[in-house]
Amino acid sequence: MMAFYFGKLVEIFPFFLKGLSMTVQVAFISLVTCTFIGFVLGIFRSGKNILIKRLIGVYVAFVRGTPFVVQIFIIFFILPEWGIQLEAFDAALLAMAIMGSAFICEIVAGGIESIPRGQWEAATSSGLSLVQQLRFVIVPQSMKVILPPLVGQYVLLIKDTSVISVIGVMELTRVGWLTVVRIPEGLMVFSLVGALYFVISYPLILLSNYLEKRMAV
Amino acid sequence: MLADFNFRVIFEYLPFFLTGLKSTFLISIISIMLALVAGIIACACRISGIKSIKYPAIAYIEIIRSTPLLVQIYFLYFGLPTLGLRIPEIQTGILALMLNSGAYIAEIIRAGINSVDEGQIEAGISSGLNYFQRMRFIILPQAIGVTVPPLLGQAIVLVKDSALLSLISVMELTRCGQTMTSERFMPSEAFLTVAFFYMCIYFCLKALADWSQRKLIFREAY
Repeated sequence: MMAFYFGKLVEIFPFFLKGLSMTVQVAFISLVTCTFIGFVLGIFRSGKNILIKRLIGVYVAFVRGTPFVVQIFIIFFILPEWGIQLEAFDAALLAMAIMGSAFICEIVAGGIESIPRGQWEAATSSGLSLVQQLRFVIVPQSMKVILPPLVGQYVLLIKDTSVISVIGVMELTRVGWLTVVRIPEGLMVFSLVGALYFVISYPLILLSNYLEKRMAV
Repeated sequence: MLADFNFRVIFEYLPFFLTGLKSTFLISIISIMLALVAGIIACACRISGIKSIKYPAIAYIEIIRSTPLLVQIYFLYFGLPTLGLRIPEIQTGILALMLNSGAYIAEIIRAGINSVDEGQIEAGISSGLNYFQRMRFIILPQAIGVTVPPLLGQAIVLVKDSALLSLISVMELTRCGQTMTSERFMPSEAFLTVAFFYMCIYFCLKALADWSQRKLIFREAY
């Protein structure tokens, strides 16, 4: 019986590859968006404007304090009540962007705050504008602190894309879930799903470990 | 937007939500305790010199860390019955949370042990302490302080991860929200209440983690 189901599984393997490509697509789009928004928010969070800092703080606390599933349900079920209709795919991307930006914002803010005050003062007295100070002095130096946890966060975000299967986006976990109904070999089906996730995230974990060793001061 | 937010229904469902909160609480506490045990064992195997237990521990930690928790939950939920093991969903869920957090806790403890300065271990060796004495009197007393804040961070992650158990129909907080949505069709009331309860747990644990960060990190104290 095992061999029979294994044959079946090989037969529908292209289906899994489709799921994998969907996962990669969602992960890629949301990682790029999150990195961009996260950096902007992180720079503001380490800035001087108290009001903006507090607002970002509330947003980060909300995202970090609630499970990602609940956030997805809020976006997918509540926004329509307020008259905003979203496709499952768009809702998933929106949820990923909101969640990921908050985590990346914290990492970036931590990195920028690790730069000694003297660097800011030196940059100011060299006559650089605020944007130039950030662009040429502060951010390049803080990358050393930011990069290792950032790559680690990427791995977590890629793994979190599995949760968007709950609103019906056809990604890898959803494919596994649909397959297990037809091929009742849970161990086999989800080993395959797990192996495909492993292929994407393990290289990133190795990269994160390498960066951590390399950037250690 | 929230003009017709219905507090009356929330109050009506409050006892229901509180049972959900209680079960999230119990699941989290049991899982974190078991995960601590699993993590200590995995870490002990990981740092030991014996290859036949070191490599399985590495494999366990790396596999868990590079696959999503949801896949692990489904793996156990759909996989255990094919092995002839029929256990209730809640136990499957706790098993999955334990195995998942155990791997992360093993890495946290290993980082704590590695944070102890090489020179102190050498000093221990030259004082004639054996491996277990060095662990007991030099490394662990320092490592535990460094380990507590990230362990509390892992506890926060675990409470949030327990929401995924709602997908295998364990009756916890998120599942209560889903049930209320299907009974009354009021997703905003249901899920915002659920979010509120999770925030309460988060703030308590966060305060504890910040406090331990201030109190227990005494690396600079010599």
